[in-house]
Amino acid sequence: MRVPLSWLREYVDLPAGETGRDIQAKLIRAGLEVEGVELLGADLKGPLVVGQVLAIEELTEFKKPIRYCQVDVGDANGTGEPQNIVCGARNFAVGDKVVVVLPGAVLPGPFPIAARQTYGKTSEGMICSARELGMGDDHDGIIVLPPEYEPGTDAIELLELVDEVLDIAVTADRGYCLSLRGVARETAIAYDLPLRDPALIDVPPANSYGPPVKVEDQTGCDRFVARSVVGVDPAAKSPIWMQRRIQKAGMRPISLAVDITNYVMLEMGQPLHAYDRHRIDGAITVRRATAGEKLRTLDGVERTLDAEDLLICDDSGPIGIAGVMGGAGTEIADAAVDPETGEVTGTTEIVIEAAHFTPVSIARSARRHKLPSEAAKRFERGVDPEATKAAAQRAVDLLVLVAGGTAEAGVTDIVAPRPVHSIAIAADLPDRVAGQEYGRETVVRRLQEVGCTVVGTDVLVVTPPTWRPDLTDPNDLCEEVIRLEGYENLPSTLPNVPAGRGLTEAQRLRRRIGVALASAGQVEVQNYPFIGEAVLDALGIEAGDPRRETVKIANPISHEEPSLRTTLLPGLLGALHRNVGRGTTDVALFELGRVFRVDGTAETLYHAPRLPVDRRPTEDEIAQLNAALPRQPHRVGAVFAGHRDPQGWWGKAQAWSWADAVEAARTVADAAGVELTVRQDQHTPWHPGRCAGLYVGEVLVGHAGELHPRVVKALNLPERTCAMELDLDLLTAGGAVKAEGPKISTFPVATQDVALVVDDAVKAADVEAALRAGAGELLESLRLFDVYRGESIGAGRKSLAYALRFRAADRTLTADEASAARESAVAEAATRVGATLRG
Amino acid sequence: MSAPNKSYDPVEVEALKPEEIERLRDEAIAAFAAATDLDALHEAKVAHTGDRSPLALANREIGALPPAAKADAGKRVGAARGAVNKALAGRKVELEAERDARVLVEEAVDVTLPYDRAPRGGRHPLTTFAERLMDVFTAMGYSVAEGPEVEAEWLNFDALNMGPDHPARSTQDTFFLKDADSVVLRTHTSGVQIRSLLAAAEPPVYVICPGRVFRSDELDATHTPVFNQVELLAVDEGLTMADLKGTLDHMVQSLFGEGISTRLRPNYFPFTEPSAEMDMVCFVCRGESVGNPDRPCRTCSSEGWIELGGCGMVNPRVLVACGIDPNKYSGFAFGFGIERMLMFRHNVEDMRDIVEGDVRFTLPFGMEI
Repeated sequence: MRVPLSWLREYVDLPAGETGRDIQAKLIRAGLEVEGVELLGADLKGPLVVGQVLAIEELTEFKKPIRYCQVDVGDANGTGEPQNIVCGARNFAVGDKVVVVLPGAVLPGPFPIAARQTYGKTSEGMICSARELGMGDDHDGIIVLPPEYEPGTDAIELLELVDEVLDIAVTADRGYCLSLRGVARETAIAYDLPLRDPALIDVPPANSYGPPVKVEDQTGCDRFVARSVVGVDPAAKSPIWMQRRIQKAGMRPISLAVDITNYVMLEMGQPLHAYDRHRIDGAITVRRATAGEKLRTLDGVERTLDAEDLLICDDSGPIGIAGVMGGAGTEIADAAVDPETGEVTGTTEIVIEAAHFTPVSIARSARRHKLPSEAAKRFERGVDPEATKAAAQRAVDLLVLVAGGTAEAGVTDIVAPRPVHSIAIAADLPDRVAGQEYGRETVVRRLQEVGCTVVGTDVLVVTPPTWRPDLTDPNDLCEEVIRLEGYENLPSTLPNVPAGRGLTEAQRLRRRIGVALASAGQVEVQNYPFIGEAVLDALGIEAGDPRRETVKIANPISHEEPSLRTTLLPGLLGALHRNVGRGTTDVALFELGRVFRVDGTAETLYHAPRLPVDRRPTEDEIAQLNAALPRQPHRVGAVFAGHRDPQGWWGKAQAWSWADAVEAARTVADAAGVELTVRQDQHTPWHPGRCAGLYVGEVLVGHAGELHPRVVKALNLPERTCAMELDLDLLTAGGAVKAEGPKISTFPVATQDVALVVDDAVKAADVEAALRAGAGELLESLRLFDVYRGESIGAGRKSLAYALRFRAADRTLTADEASAARESAVAEAATRVGATLRG
Repeated sequence: MSAPNKSYDPVEVEALKPEEIERLRDEAIAAFAAATDLDALHEAKVAHTGDRSPLALANREIGALPPAAKADAGKRVGAARGAVNKALAGRKVELEAERDARVLVEEAVDVTLPYDRAPRGGRHPLTTFAERLMDVFTAMGYSVAEGPEVEAEWLNFDALNMGPDHPARSTQDTFFLKDADSVVLRTHTSGVQIRSLLAAAEPPVYVICPGRVFRSDELDATHTPVFNQVELLAVDEGLTMADLKGTLDHMVQSLFGEGISTRLRPNYFPFTEPSAEMDMVCFVCRGESVGNPDRPCRTCSSEGWIELGGCGMVNPRVLVACGIDPNKYSGFAFGFGIERMLMFRHNVEDMRDIVEGDVRFTLPFGMEI
């Protein structure tokens, strides 16, 4: 809502020096979001005057026709002589009154005016267009004024060019502030000044001889006022002041009848509709549409109506979508001049509609037909049903005043009974909500200021004004009191929060994982969860794989990526690709986030019940809500490319490898206090020979390793890109292993090395398990320190060299004891994996 | 060694003559002084203090002296040997110090050599910033509540007093699932608030709800369809708007420093009543840039205030939908976007930098924020 200050002052006697900024600050405090104050004509400087065109000389020797004019500007130029002005516009004739800017003036821009040579003449100023004066940019050509103004009259004042305009973003609950009336009311309260309510005008009572109206749907339309004006001059134009106010409020002047309805809407908040009476066939009827009915609206679009649309009809059918947009058929006709007689024809008899429609019905129709009109915007937020008669009267008065019409005596006013809605509220509720003592008197006064009637002592029975349909609950009334008393005056206190227990185990774990992986040289990313078929194809994930069963979005940002991720890898690899593309070629990334899986969900997936809100849902209903959702497990993933250790003065570079990916999984498992078992596996999209299955006990919790070369190629990734992904929910399902305080032996350690030769196919993990089992409890630790393949041990075999450390809790081990344990370890390895001691 | 001989005159034993012993002592001391490195000193040591050295040999002769002479000779030889050993030790310390100094010089390295071999990691500032917020509130006694990102509409809208015709429930604002009834990508973490209220048998409930939320906006410099929110909910007996204000003040002071306060401006949200927009004093200029063109503030655009988000008293209708008696309990709630707060707290100019995962953006934020 744009509110010109000059207009606002008509209803509130604001102090003379009060600026737009001052008013803005006051209204913001009262809860109106005044987003800005526009200064109109701030850099404008006269002389800018009314001129009368005395003569026009057409200059034809230029590319476009140019006029050289003599214009009477009265005494404004100091001499009283006609002013010579060159003008490129052609929409005026000799005798017309125009707006002339004289040398020495400054137009908005700023654009200083001086006499200048142009088209071979001296132009002593300019004849102005609306755009040049900053009045709006929708009019081509210069302004032609009504004939009644004297040459030399100051046009700055005449055209109200200097003003301030408040730009207010009206929230959904304050529909009444989509009018000067509403904003003036808030301003009056904020300044503690009286309000001159524009709706408080004399209105004749309803009678039986007004325009005929039938309201068939009284739930959709609970008020319909119709008035008629005859003898309207079709040639009459909107007066300048009205056009200017409409322009400043952000709308376009169109024609007198339309301008009047818009002007009254801006003033009172009540949308009106003007019909050409001759084009209405029979009585005006309000009813619901039948599905498939058609209507050509004012914007020229033929619309197919829905059974829910509320319509204004006549005997011929629909003539408007109620409260949204009128039909083209009953539109006020543009004035036309008969070329032979010079007679002006057009609409001479006008029917004014001022009705009240159900907000939801209007909102749905406006959305359905994508018609967010000024009228719909107001009806959706709720308008004052009691303002209908005054608004219709105001429109009638204006038609009489500026269009020479005569008001007919008939007044149609159809009123559906509407219950009076009163709210009982404890007088101290605002105090208890605010945490501040206002006292009953203040509460009552504030509620009366916003227009409520209030009765009662300890319990107040409050009847909100008809323009505040948003006031329905006790807390709504509390807000009125608290905002008018000033949110800025609220005290600042802290509640007594019961002692808490901090983060949950799962929350702490995710932090630990983040810290551990970042400490290990990986950078966290948070990727969008949107994926498409293309990336699943590139990853080689086949039909039937649960990662192919995606949750799909009906209205995705991109139709290329309409699904939610079932794995973290697409996002991670995308981010990896982006980093490499931007020149960061050595990169390791990780992400902690949810994936969305439909495997293992109920048949009721996607079908959530619609539950009432006037009671708590039952446990069963809550279960139904949850059963409609896909599984959304937490996962952690990591990807690696390039070098983990670059070449430097210390030696050669080392690439990130499959082993780093597996190690990242171990890092996560360590953080979780879970023992991870690594087994050889084959799983898309990993390299079939370089893929580790990650297990907790017998539960597969994820995979790590190098990506399949085909995947690397398909996604245009660096060679030997590696990846890891773990399901955190599965990883932690069994709970963490609680660390036992170790008993630290201070007896000396006995170290024994052993090199075992095994078949290449034997897994290191199996050799290690055998050694541990064989070595018994004297074994403190074991470490593989070398893997060797070579002729000396034969083809297809490898030698694994381990350092074994033995220690007893209660004594120094003898050399014999340590050797015996070692031999036992070797014997077990021989039994389990066919290991032989390397000779 | 000669056997003890009572008639033997010690003067007769050449090696034990006082002048001879003094000579041997002086020779040894001179030899040590002459040694220029530890090897030479070692040689001198063997020559002058070894088993075969003259002083050692002289010492052996003492045993052969008559008892009367033994003590005298022993004293003399002992003194000489003591002096020699002391000289040896002293010289050894000197030479070792010389050697050490030389070796340490030879071993010197250029400690300014770069050593950028360990890969550098870092955590995303959105994560660490949310954690910081959580720490502020867990310290106050709040729990951190989480919930699903794909959520039932009843939990995301209806229970929050956002009826079926609420404008946010359109495809312009909300991602809907295909072929689904009443299931959406959550548009805020308020559904977690509802879940927290449903899970509690009875208030008090004090929770903070961080998480990812989704709105159907295109990504640009200031918008992203996927962003992070933190919402807070407190429901208890006797909670007031003043408590809300105090909680907000505490939060901004924890995050932005002492003396930073908040301002509430009336606004409208269906899930709170009364509702407010919350601003905080600009932590950079503290309001001093307002009307002061010489000191413009780009953090608050010289407004003096920074908009944080929405808040208010929990609408009693929300409590009713969760089975909580609104006559007994009241509550307050607020919510804001982490991205926006990160942007103004750390001068991030483009939203895309936050979401694109470029490591050059993330690394400077380190492990905590």
